Amino acid sequence: MFTLAAQLRAMGVLGINARNADYTLAHNPRRLYPLVDDKFQTKQMALKAGIPVPELYGVVEREVQVRGMHGILEKPEGFVIKPAHGSGGDGVVVIAGLHRGRYRTITGNFYTPPELDHHVYNVLSGLYSLAGQPDQALIEYRVQFDPVFDEVSYKGVPDIRVVVFLGVPVMAMVRLPTRMSEGKANLHLGGLGAGIDLTTGTTLSAVCRNERVEEHPDTGACISGLTIPQWETILDMAAACCDLSGLGYLGVDIVLDKFRGPLLLELNARPGLGIQIANGQGLLTRLHLVEQHRPALTSREERIAFARGRFGVKAGAAG
Amino acid sequence: MSKRHLYILTAVLAVLGLSLFLYKVRVLDMPLTPGQERDVWTVEARVTFEAKGEPVRLSLLLPRSNPRFTILNDAFISPGYGLSTSADFWNRQAIWTIRQARGLQTVYYRAEARRLVRPGPPRKEKPPEPPQSNLEGPELAAGRALLQEVQRKSADTESLVLELVKYLHLPQPDDNLKFLLKNRPDEADRVELAVEILALAGVPAYSVHGLRLRESRERLRIIHWLAVYDRDRWRPFDFATPRAGVPPDYLPWWRGPGSVARIRGGERLQTTFSASVDQEASIRLEREGRAYQPALIRFSLFSLPIHTQQVYRVLLMVPVGAFLLVILRNVIGLSTFGTFMPVLIALAFRETRLLHGIVLFSLLVGLGLLVRFYLEQLKLLLVPRLAAILIVVVLLMVFVSIVMNRLGIQQGLSIALFPMVIITMTIERMTIVWEERGPGEALKQGLGSLLAAAATYTLIHNRQIQHLFFVFPELLLIVLAATLLLGRYTGYRLFELYRFRALLKGGS
Repeated sequence: MFTLAAQLRAMGVLGINARNADYTLAHNPRRLYPLVDDKFQTKQMALKAGIPVPELYGVVEREVQVRGMHGILEKPEGFVIKPAHGSGGDGVVVIAGLHRGRYRTITGNFYTPPELDHHVYNVLSGLYSLAGQPDQALIEYRVQFDPVFDEVSYKGVPDIRVVVFLGVPVMAMVRLPTRMSEGKANLHLGGLGAGIDLTTGTTLSAVCRNERVEEHPDTGACISGLTIPQWETILDMAAACCDLSGLGYLGVDIVLDKFRGPLLLELNARPGLGIQIANGQGLLTRLHLVEQHRPALTSREERIAFARGRFGVKAGAAG
Repeated sequence: MSKRHLYILTAVLAVLGLSLFLYKVRVLDMPLTPGQERDVWTVEARVTFEAKGEPVRLSLLLPRSNPRFTILNDAFISPGYGLSTSADFWNRQAIWTIRQARGLQTVYYRAEARRLVRPGPPRKEKPPEPPQSNLEGPELAAGRALLQEVQRKSADTESLVLELVKYLHLPQPDDNLKFLLKNRPDEADRVELAVEILALAGVPAYSVHGLRLRESRERLRIIHWLAVYDRDRWRPFDFATPRAGVPPDYLPWWRGPGSVARIRGGERLQTTFSASVDQEASIRLEREGRAYQPALIRFSLFSLPIHTQQVYRVLLMVPVGAFLLVILRNVIGLSTFGTFMPVLIALAFRETRLLHGIVLFSLLVGLGLLVRFYLEQLKLLLVPRLAAILIVVVLLMVFVSIVMNRLGIQQGLSIALFPMVIITMTIERMTIVWEERGPGEALKQGLGSLLAAAATYTLIHNRQIQHLFFVFPELLLIVLAATLLLGRYTGYRLFELYRFRALLKGGS
């Protein structure tokens, strides 16, 4: 048991206690949390700074607005309903379109309008919000995801998670939905996480339910070796979010839209640790490296160059 | 910097707690283990009544020293009342008086009852006056018939008393007995009737009422027995089970007919009794001869009323349970529903004992989940839904209690002490996790909660640990220090070793 712990420490694996005590508690001031916990605020902040986000169709704040919301739901390309204060993908419903008066989700389930109403009521009453407080429901553009991940996702929207520390991207992965995760890309729901080489933006092997996998369990396609388009832009967006939010240790979730390119989905002040398994690498080594070199890196470009230089596969073996 | 601050703080707390603890052990000789001898008890009578705004006169019968117990240190707590005590052949009595009082009044009487280790046999006494029976008319006839019936089966006074006690407790009483008891099958009435019947037979006897000294958080019930003059001595006879003599833990409180408290100028008079082993007195006994009482003892938990002491016995274990939970969650990595829910469940297990507790809890949550899944179809809003589950949980508790009672399973009744709000929230959270993360995750967290509750239960119901924290509450400072230190524990959790094992296989 102790040897196991020593081995993990030697690999620089970050544990949940250390993440909470040394990174989130130390670098993320609590007063800044509302900015990232409230997806509506995040969106507005990003828009102001010129970071592209999925278009917001509407916000449902009170129960009386639920009846009126169906008017804005008649979008041919579908829409997404999510709680503004949700966490971990809970309460997110992705609707592909209307079919004979019912809403069809991307996984092929149907919601009648009253059922969708009930879901929104649940969101408003705070069922999915972090502290159970009354919440808002956001209705937004359903991302038409880039074909690059077509082969390796089972319905749903794959997204890219970049962990940024002090403005320097330190690790990234792409999260791929599976049949088990019901179209959501979150790892704890059964989604697939594939590590990304920060230098080139190509995928490495993947992890599913804490187990290493090489192929997508539903499509059978090989996961590694995919090159993510506009990788430079994605890294730049992630680093910019860190500056924008003021949070030192941040998880940035980005989706790739077929037409609009990378869009900021949400920020996370307590990013999960599964990214280490996806990359087969511990975070600690990289975090220490950033702590050492951060004072010398002034501009955003320098920080990204530092990340691409140090945290690629070739560099990773050395560092 | 902040780490050093933390270390200094924890060191100060630990040193403070430890030195107080050592001082109490070494210098004050306070016992480290719960006392084996339960010879000194603190007994308490609490009288409450509703005053009507008139002059109030309240009388309470008091226990007196006897061959088996010495009564010491009477204490009366009755703000604003005048107090006098008196004694006659039968009883000691305290009388509280006040010119005017209104509303709910509470008066306490507390004393120390020291059991004599080797009580001698009852003293030889002169025969009392031949007793006179108070029965008249048809009651006298019925009493005579009853006496004849009993006398037929007996040879001497002792067997007469035993037969009489047995007869009075027949499950199907005959007409004489029914008539004499007038449909009041009360133990107090039975014992007075026994005295009357014995008087008919010319046997002097009186009733004794008292407590059975037992450590219990509940209020003690009054029990009754007989004292009968036989072969030159007053000898006690147990009344609940017919036998000569009474167990050594029967403390006589008052003698003869009538109730323990009487009131004039008030109503809704209620008297409750409690008792506890007096640790402080046990300590004092060992230290007898020293003139002074250190402030540490005078200001200890022992100075509180017994009922409050019993509450603190439990409350002081909550931090210990919380500390265990910190270890379970942050060092081991067990996931539970709600942070401190397992501690509350463990407290509820106190009454049910562990096994029954786990069974009842699972039963309640399981049934609740079924109802909750049904409610899901109705698409209710959150707060009404939670209230609905709460109502269903209470109904289920009632239902389980009644069914268990019918089946004769006593432990089923203590389900009433389960924290229903906690159970409601557990059911709701479990459903959400079930829907969002799947049954596996829900069951995992449910089992984790139960496991944590069971571990907490085992810890906080350990008599030794309870004793330590009650006699030495300063140990909580050490627990606090350890908790603060764990607050900066940044090592891996035990379950993380399992979680990240894939990294070791592929990564290196």
